[in-house]
Amino acid sequence: MNVDVSKLSYKIDQQSILHSIFLQVRKGELVGLVGPNGSGKSTLLKNMYRVLQPDEGMISIDGYLLSEMTYKESARKVSVVSQETAAAFDFKVREIVLMGRHPHQSMFRADTAGDLSIVQQALAKVGMAKAAERSFHTLSGGEKQRVLIARALAQQASFLILDEPTNHLDIRYQLQIMDLVKNLKLTAIAALHDLNIAACYCDRIYMLKEGYVVASGKPEDVLTTERLLEVFGVQAVVSPHPITGRLSIAYISELFHDAVSVDKRAEKREETSDANAMHLLSIQL
Amino acid sequence: MILSRIRDHSLWFPLVLFLLASALIATITLAVMLGPVPIAPKTVWLIAFSHLPVTDHLIAETWTKAEGHIIWNIRFPRVLLGMIVGGGLAVVGAAIQALIRNSLADPYILGVSSGASVAATLVIIFGAFSFFGAYSLSLSAFLGALAAMGLVFLLARVGGRISTARLLLSGIAVSMIMSAATSFIVTMAPDEQGIRTAMYWMLGSLTGAKWSYLTIPAWIVVTGTILLIMNYRSMNSLLMGEEAAVTLGVNMNTFRIFLVLTTALLTGTIVAVSGSIGFVGLMIPHIVRLMVGSDHRRVLPVSLFAGAIFVIWTDVAARLLLAPEELPIGIVTALFGGPFFIWLLRKSSYSFEGGAK
Repeated sequence: MNVDVSKLSYKIDQQSILHSIFLQVRKGELVGLVGPNGSGKSTLLKNMYRVLQPDEGMISIDGYLLSEMTYKESARKVSVVSQETAAAFDFKVREIVLMGRHPHQSMFRADTAGDLSIVQQALAKVGMAKAAERSFHTLSGGEKQRVLIARALAQQASFLILDEPTNHLDIRYQLQIMDLVKNLKLTAIAALHDLNIAACYCDRIYMLKEGYVVASGKPEDVLTTERLLEVFGVQAVVSPHPITGRLSIAYISELFHDAVSVDKRAEKREETSDANAMHLLSIQL
Repeated sequence: MILSRIRDHSLWFPLVLFLLASALIATITLAVMLGPVPIAPKTVWLIAFSHLPVTDHLIAETWTKAEGHIIWNIRFPRVLLGMIVGGGLAVVGAAIQALIRNSLADPYILGVSSGASVAATLVIIFGAFSFFGAYSLSLSAFLGALAAMGLVFLLARVGGRISTARLLLSGIAVSMIMSAATSFIVTMAPDEQGIRTAMYWMLGSLTGAKWSYLTIPAWIVVTGTILLIMNYRSMNSLLMGEEAAVTLGVNMNTFRIFLVLTTALLTGTIVAVSGSIGFVGLMIPHIVRLMVGSDHRRVLPVSLFAGAIFVIWTDVAARLLLAPEELPIGIVTALFGGPFFIWLLRKSSYSFEGGAK
């Protein structure tokens, strides 16, 4: 399972939104896509899930061109979880997950026992098996998102696209959803707003600015203090997380830029956060 | 809670279908019986079977010629037309609500009926299109509907693609222009009678139904409903949003066109034989969703039956309430349907829109 995006460009009314993007996702990787608002994250993903058609370049999955597949074929290879979506009318959780079977079903065939058991397994994997008969509208934001992940699982696609999957969710659910994606060991690309979440979960990160890929690689190579200033226009301290060891980003509000020299403050921060961590650890012990 | 538990049972849907099918047969029987000349239920079906090719010589004629004529040539076609029109409108309503993903959508939202009205008022008031002969009203209404639909379609097309928002807005714009044209034609009418007839037509009426009017609409409604039911999974995923539908394997470019054409053809045909009967296509799908949920595998067939039963009964009311005067059926559908719909609106367990409770 390899996904290759090469030389992809996309325009709206002659205005380029994406400039010659190259991007790869290898089997088992969780790749993050970060960048400020309007940098083209969502547009790139929408090209990858065929809601938009690229003006130039190509997207291939295991060597097969996406643009030459029927929509059913591509839906068997790529599944998508986007920002929390609401159904226009109320459905049961089971009915929503069953929609994931659509690309595998023929117009003349009823749902088989196989389809139903796949649906049940998918719900079990996201911890929503008991909610199968509940109405979708009554679920919390995090539960809805888990159901949509179950729908993507029922699609049995080898590649998952997450288009800002944790927007509108509070922090507990954000972590829960990302843990779930990570634990399911899916090959996936995720557009993420929260850089700490991207740093914590992603194997590799692509950073976009104004439709260009400005950096790509491991989180520690991409998410540097200089780049955060250049691309996002924010001052930040990037340091290893005291407990997880993953990258941790602490932003510095403009209110404090003049008061203290940034570097000093950064050192101080690190010390205090280390102290806090030690304190926390001792409590836990 | 109890209702939802019953609704979750796997036999609920077959049961609903069975009950509605039985209710439809009872409704047809009663609707044919009711009228100025009272007729026994047995006679209704004896007369019906006496006209069928296999059973005709098995039945002895126990009724008068007049009764036979009233039942077979007047009441039966009218009731069956009500069935076809009601079932068709409800199915189209459900499909359009899926296409537009809006609870306010009804079969006329894309301008179909407004185009038919222009043509129909021209025929009624000025006797236009008389070269179509006896069918001038139906045929020209149908062509008017198709013309309006085609115009909406062209306006909504930008760069070879059709967006739903544009479709909806073009529908509204075309409807407004066509309504203005209709009003203009009506105000230019040389006599009062013409205005009255045109008003009747616009509010919908099943008066003057003949057997010969039934064949084509019946085929179109049946074929259209089957086509829509075959695509129930795509319609379900469409309710999750157009982008979600694409990611679930629906080719939205072709599916949108399929939905627009199918619903336009059905609505055009129905409007041509009955005028624009309001409220059925808006209301019945909501009531049906309350009964069987949003899955189109259930919503479409149940809407077909529920719409048929509703329109047959409202037509009975339209015939009998002020007998021997007849009301336009559109007035009755709104009078009976409105309060029911308001009750539904106030009921908190049914949400019309995503998450809005």
